[in-house]
Amino acid sequence: MTAAYPFRRTCKEVSALLIAREDRELPLSERLALRLHLAMCQACPRFERQVLTMRNAMKQWRNYGDDE
Amino acid sequence: MPPQIPTDFEQQLVEQRSYLMRFARLQLRNDAWAEDAVSETILAALARPQAFEARSQLKTWLVGILKHKIIDSMRQRQREVTLDSGSDDDSADPLEHMAFKADGHFAEKPADWGNPEQDLKSRQFFAILEACTDKLPAVQGRLFLMREWLELSSDEICKELALTPTNLYVQLHRARLRLRECLDLNWFAQAPMP
Repeated sequence: MTAAYPFRRTCKEVSALLIAREDRELPLSERLALRLHLAMCQACPRFERQVLTMRNAMKQWRNYGDDE
Repeated sequence: MPPQIPTDFEQQLVEQRSYLMRFARLQLRNDAWAEDAVSETILAALARPQAFEARSQLKTWLVGILKHKIIDSMRQRQREVTLDSGSDDDSADPLEHMAFKADGHFAEKPADWGNPEQDLKSRQFFAILEACTDKLPAVQGRLFLMREWLELSSDEICKELALTPTNLYVQLHRARLRLRECLDLNWFAQAPMP
């Protein structure tokens, strides 16, 4: 299966990759697999939005104290 | 020598103490270490008031000093800082809490978090974000904030704490998923639907 579809990933695998991407650079093959999956999946782009929202939120939180 | 009257600058520094303690506690997860780091920060600031004169924001300057003191503190205690409590709950993969089918695809779509740009302006949102961060198991919380508050790279964290990358990534994976779960439950599920 993996040999026949080297870039096929499950949503669970994709979720783990989207989280890992926050802390390390993914290998090219994983980046490609991620992109292909996100293009055809309805659910994972939502999870990606959540991860990006958290990234943005932490960034704002770091700079937030100055306004208090 | 006559007793010294605190100067205006000293007074201003002391007023920032509780603000600095909040971040030191959140990052170090140990009150005594946090007290030390904050005291060292205030002493360092007192020792070179001229360094502040050119800067407009006292808070920002102090937080910058505090971050260095905290990194020193964790480097000195690297074993304690990364020693996992080993409870089952800490070592569970939060990915298993998410609704996946047996074939690894989502059983239900993750929630639409709506309009984050609007939420992110809200003070209450940041209070929940901070509470969720504080609820992380100690090691996960420290490593997560080293990335997100101290803004260290994964390589730098491994070097400072003598961790293997695998160990670091496992902890960060759990921390990020737990935080996601906590926000999903405590903020986004409460927010009015668009």
